[in-house]
Amino acid sequence: MTELKLPSIDYAALAPILIMLGAALVGILVEAFVPRHRRHLVQLSLALLAVLAALTMVVLNADDRLLTAGTAIAVDGPTLFLQGGILVLAAMALLLIGERVVERGGAFVAHAAITAESVEDRRQAESANGATEVYPLTTFAIGGMLIFVAANDLLTMFIALEVFSLPLYLLCALARRRRLLSQEAALKYFMLGAYASAFFLFGVALIYGFTAGTPGRSAGVDFATINAAVSDSPSSRVLLFAGMALLAIGLLFKAAAAPFHVWTPDVYQGAPTPVTGFMAACTKVAAFGALLRVFHVAFAGASWDFTPVLGVVAVLTMLVGAVLAVTQTDIKRLLAYSSIANAGYLLVGVLAPSKDGLSGTMFYLVAYGFSVLAAFAVVTLVRDGDGEATHLSRWAGLGRRSPFYASLFTFILLAFAGIPLTSGFTSKFAVFGPALAEGRAWLVVAGVLTSMVLAFPYLRVVVMMWLSEPGDSTPTVAVPGGLTSAALMIGVVATLVLGVAPAPLLDLATGAAEFVR
Amino acid sequence: MSNFPFLSVLTVAPLVGALVVALLPRRRPELAKQVAFVWSLLVLVLSVLMWITFKVGGDRFQFRESYPWIPNWGVHFTFAADGIALVMLMLIAVLVPLVILASWHDAESSKRSVPIYFALLLVLECTMIGVFAAADVFLFYVFFEVMLVPMYFLIGSYGGHQRQYAAVKFFLYSLVGGLFMLAAVIGLWVVGGKTFDWQALSQVDISTGTERWLFLGFFVAFAIKAPFFPFHTWLPDAGGAAPAGAAALLVGVLDKVGTFGILRYCLPLFPDAAKWFAPWALALALIGIIYAALLAVGQNDLKRLVSYTSIAHFGFIGVGIFAFTTQAGTGAVLYMVNHGLATGLLFLVVGMLIARRGSALISDFGGAGKLVPVLAGVLFFAGLASLALPGTAPFISEFLVLIGAFTVNKPVAVIATLGIILAAAYVLWMVQRTTQGTLNPALTEVDGMRRDLNLREKVVVAPLIALIVLLGFYPKPVTDVINPAVQATMDDIGRTDPAPSVGTVQEASK
Repeated sequence: MTELKLPSIDYAALAPILIMLGAALVGILVEAFVPRHRRHLVQLSLALLAVLAALTMVVLNADDRLLTAGTAIAVDGPTLFLQGGILVLAAMALLLIGERVVERGGAFVAHAAITAESVEDRRQAESANGATEVYPLTTFAIGGMLIFVAANDLLTMFIALEVFSLPLYLLCALARRRRLLSQEAALKYFMLGAYASAFFLFGVALIYGFTAGTPGRSAGVDFATINAAVSDSPSSRVLLFAGMALLAIGLLFKAAAAPFHVWTPDVYQGAPTPVTGFMAACTKVAAFGALLRVFHVAFAGASWDFTPVLGVVAVLTMLVGAVLAVTQTDIKRLLAYSSIANAGYLLVGVLAPSKDGLSGTMFYLVAYGFSVLAAFAVVTLVRDGDGEATHLSRWAGLGRRSPFYASLFTFILLAFAGIPLTSGFTSKFAVFGPALAEGRAWLVVAGVLTSMVLAFPYLRVVVMMWLSEPGDSTPTVAVPGGLTSAALMIGVVATLVLGVAPAPLLDLATGAAEFVR
Repeated sequence: MSNFPFLSVLTVAPLVGALVVALLPRRRPELAKQVAFVWSLLVLVLSVLMWITFKVGGDRFQFRESYPWIPNWGVHFTFAADGIALVMLMLIAVLVPLVILASWHDAESSKRSVPIYFALLLVLECTMIGVFAAADVFLFYVFFEVMLVPMYFLIGSYGGHQRQYAAVKFFLYSLVGGLFMLAAVIGLWVVGGKTFDWQALSQVDISTGTERWLFLGFFVAFAIKAPFFPFHTWLPDAGGAAPAGAAALLVGVLDKVGTFGILRYCLPLFPDAAKWFAPWALALALIGIIYAALLAVGQNDLKRLVSYTSIAHFGFIGVGIFAFTTQAGTGAVLYMVNHGLATGLLFLVVGMLIARRGSALISDFGGAGKLVPVLAGVLFFAGLASLALPGTAPFISEFLVLIGAFTVNKPVAVIATLGIILAAAYVLWMVQRTTQGTLNPALTEVDGMRRDLNLREKVVVAPLIALIVLLGFYPKPVTDVINPAVQATMDDIGRTDPAPSVGTVQEASK
């Protein structure tokens, strides 16, 4: 009988992940044992403290470059940079989620089981405090994302995908108002997400089959094995290509790239706005972190094969996002399409297989996350008696009613449009530069052309806010509580600082831009 | 004194002023105006000091400063000015205080904040100075794009009829051009070995195909900005809708960024492509001269008319640049300055006229000279300067452009000369229909038309008139500064002047 060999585990390197998952478990216990009126404060503090502790561990681990838990988890530069990014953005999202001043009881429903639009439902929408389950759910999602960007084999990656997706499906359904829309969004996201996961899993199976053909090497789904098999496996390349395509579908779905983007506008619109912000910022980082690792580590040898296909996806994503953004009349849907277009720009960075390309993409992810969270923070503030006023016509003349918040939002929109001195410009440069240096001129040209189209919807919102006269239905901006203000100011300041002095974060990204294999 | 960091201080100073003005309470509009005016005068004083410090015949680029900005990409805050940039900086410094003075009551008619209007003007001054002072391509691009934002709000918030449409059109046109340039900037950065330093980039050898694409990227952006035919359609809308002061800056300075960019970036960085594209550029310039002049003749809106005349004048500047002789080049740069003065004056005077009448339509005027003789006289003078009458400054530049072009390309010079005749038509006809002839009885019922120029308005127009006459008779101080810089640009593209024209340059500049 052979003895079971246990893999050595570097607990310090895994600490950020363990802290988040542990905090989520504690959060469930809090739900059970802490009195209802105290839960909100306890849960929010617990979640924020956990994020802070995990962030501290990431900083302490900053010099780690290792594989642990067998070869399941890679703790290297990109992992640590992206984990840090996810944690910072998640902290901002938690601030938005925890806000209870802007709307009494917070943005979440108190009892999700009450039938939507019923009398009880209306009563709970008026006054009841929102459910506090959102905190453990969010914490689980963050934990899953941390594993997702660190996963060094496809099975671990799949599990991480599920760990962060399932809580997100639930979170989408928990809006306090317009609950039917919210539930529809959650169902849509869940169904399509389940398909995408299935595609991913099928892809894993095919890749496993592909690696099995090499004589003298055991089959496996860890990235080193796949990478070796890509260069010398005698198996049919069809297995490889089919597997790669299925994996890519699963990942591109999460990244909201066309043609796998159709869920994005509905889900972004229906989900409670703080959750939308969380998804737009953190899910994007996680999804692209995984894409980068899969295509730069596992399939690096097949880059000639996947580059044209992913390039077409990138161009399509930019086009669809930009063109459809023009026709939107709802601010959340507009931001959703803008997020799709940004996924396209990020793909341009993914397709620049150099150190600069990698660091540029990581820089873009973090910079975009800050801006998009700030944008959704403003969306939570513009409201009337029925909750958020998301229809664009309602934003007319907002600049006159609330010049301060309108100025902040204008600044963020200019950042999205890529005007210099904002992070939107530096991050575009950070991905387009390396892409051009790697000879991907067509992608850069597509990126520039779609940026022109995309400028129009942003500008339309600016015109709405500043140049239109306020109508009777123009809502005022609610006075934000400390939490939303903090998140908003962090986002805006980061957008400015990363636009004016991007060097420190770029240095950090450049230093981190090396995968362990 | 020559070690004083003139350019960075000049760039930052208006921005600081803008912050101060913006933070003044909204209830004290007079204070905001005064602070803005004094601040712009300080900038003017500083610019004059810089002009005095500039060594004519010294290095091509002077006042060079460089501070690291984003080391990862080789981006620096590098400022340096050659003669061309120097005269443009001086033009900005002269125009802004006059525009502030001329716009004293412009912002009050709208319901918007008065201090913000003047703060935006100062922000605009900061970005305009930055764009001419930058010697780092990235920095130039940053100013080039950021410049749009204050102008957008000036037009959109404080403009007249159709201001929203005009502001959006202006912003989108410029942004489209800017994004083409961004692609070219990135391309230049890649082929240039990841540096943005102008002097390093001008030494780089680029393959022919790449060079042409990069040239096009820059050229489209500048042609939209200038604007050249067929990218000009935003200017009449923007110029027509903008408040008169902002319009004077828009046409007088902002658009010069386009022609300046061609001289500073397109020609020296991509000399072979510039020569290859020159016939096309000349053709566009010629079409612009004739086409815009014809459209100007047919305009019934004063501000749109002046905008169209500018497009025609930019055609002349384009001919001067792409003729590739020192004479024509000097003429083009001189034209940039003179056009800023003459058209700036014309816009401001037209603005005064419109403010009195409450209408920009020529058909609403008629015989206005009988009511406001001084204003009508100034309008007549501005018109004459704009059609390049001998004795006014624009004549010298137009003449230089034409003889410079004539020595190398006779058909171009001959066709361009037609533009002069058309210029006489649109200016004189406009003057006749507004200020001369029988008095339009409706005018006497408008209170404003009974007030001739007041002291403030006289102070606005007097320096411009003086400069136009002075430079019309004695352009030497300006040409002495411009000439070496243009010479160096011609050396960059490897063109030497045909033998006889060398003598004429010196004669013309004496």
